[in-house]
Amino acid sequence: MKALTLCPGEAEGAPLLLDEPLSFWGGLDVRTGLIIDRWHPQRGDSVAGRIVMMASGRGSSSGSAALAEALRLGVGPAAILLLRRDGIVIVGALVATELYGLACPVALLAPEDWGEVAAAGRVKLSAIGGGAELTLLSPALSPEG
Amino acid sequence: MALELTQEDLALLDGRRGPAAGFAMRLLTRFAESVEAKRLVEIESAHVDGCLYLGRASLDFVEKCVALGGRVRVATTLNVGSLDLLHPETFRGSDELRDNGRRLMEAHAELGCARTFTCAPYQTRYRPRFGAQIAWGESNAIVFANSVIGARTERYGDFIDLSCALTGRAPEFGLHIADNRRARTLVEIESTPQEWRDNTLVAVAVGHLLGRLGGGVAAIVGLAAETNEDDLKALGAAAASSGAVALFHAVGLTPEAPTVEAAFHGERPERVVRLEARDLRDAARSLSTLPDGAPLDAVALGTPHFSLAEFARLRTLISGEPARVKIWINTGRATLEILRAQGLDAELADFGVKFVVDTCTYVTPILDARAIMTSSGKCAYYAPGNIGAAVAFGSLADCVASARAGVVTRL
Repeated sequence: MKALTLCPGEAEGAPLLLDEPLSFWGGLDVRTGLIIDRWHPQRGDSVAGRIVMMASGRGSSSGSAALAEALRLGVGPAAILLLRRDGIVIVGALVATELYGLACPVALLAPEDWGEVAAAGRVKLSAIGGGAELTLLSPALSPEG
Repeated sequence: MALELTQEDLALLDGRRGPAAGFAMRLLTRFAESVEAKRLVEIESAHVDGCLYLGRASLDFVEKCVALGGRVRVATTLNVGSLDLLHPETFRGSDELRDNGRRLMEAHAELGCARTFTCAPYQTRYRPRFGAQIAWGESNAIVFANSVIGARTERYGDFIDLSCALTGRAPEFGLHIADNRRARTLVEIESTPQEWRDNTLVAVAVGHLLGRLGGGVAAIVGLAAETNEDDLKALGAAAASSGAVALFHAVGLTPEAPTVEAAFHGERPERVVRLEARDLRDAARSLSTLPDGAPLDAVALGTPHFSLAEFARLRTLISGEPARVKIWINTGRATLEILRAQGLDAELADFGVKFVVDTCTYVTPILDARAIMTSSGKCAYYAPGNIGAAVAFGSLADCVASARAGVVTRL
């Protein structure tokens, strides 16, 4: 599956589909990776090591530093998939790469692929150069297991 | 939609203008692509909101720019930091916050940024001119520069404001482009509360409601002709707190809106919103979490930083016995210097005023207060969440009367 690289890198993990965009500043506890925005539907979930899927960015321009700080502390997302470009997210991920060599690839996905990726059990993202390649490693477990 | 770069842009990008500019340009071009800018514009000034210590990553970023020998390429002002460097004894936070906060401020200065440490750079000698392309951070400064001055900036934040300063460039998008500055929504103020004798109250209430409207640029009609620059500052700050407002027009008051037609570039409003006295009264009331008559620990003024005109106004309200509770006033160090040179600070201090520069009492631990009163809509909006204080919002005259009485008082 093809995607567009916004911030380069390679990552693998379980997808976490956010029902609403998350402001990393004020919405994420950068020390734990937990979503703390009291209005967010996924409050209490951890973004650490996940392939975070959010349609777009949201909120304060302080979000880039919060994302970079969470990545520095090892509790940031493994990768971020977007449907709309978001400068705040991209800059936070780029700074973590530049400062710490911690890649958190960011890629733009086609809307028609969104649901299939979200349903996968595990996803591998290879965002090298302009084109990114997404591999769905396993389907999601059915409710029966 | 490739980003078109000039020869000089390329020289910056490939490091020929130094490694720090190259580092900043890499980030800036990625950001510019993400907002789908076609090219970069040369800027005249930058205002960097990077001095408030929120975590190690911000400090590491600035230290890297320092280590690479970075120098800002345009006049660059600095927003508030975590502590008052001229009155460091007022700081009540942890040693880590103090030490890293201080280093963060110093590191920015080492890059050639001016040590303004104010959220109101438009009240300094760095005020931009009408029409200037600039890259500013800090929401109230952004909305003031765009609306009241007619300079052109988008909303810049973390890392990108400094990247613009280090390269002298900004992406050409959003409010940098004339057509995007056109009003879409018409806000008509039909009536204001008769009991309000203060244009600032109207400004804050309208600003608070404007932020909550959402949508594109609004043009406001019906503000009093006496509405002054500090009122417009308060309006913008309130609007940028309750919403992501980066530009408004006040017809007859702001430079891009001499008339309604000019504000809308001759086109029709897409939406018309009418505000009445009771809407404004409700908005002002919603900014208070403390009831009238409640005991106060402090009065907090100057969010955004108090201007010389606001100090002059305050002086007409104080006389006689000192106030029962302290009046903390945030201001720029340049403003305080002028006040001192004029010998005006002593009478204010005698009345109970405590001056705070370089920072702001709503973002850092200075006040030891659970209950405060303020004339600032922005402070009222953020103080409960940021410093855990209950807030009463009121006019400057109400704030002074309340400081005298020690309880929330409405004149």
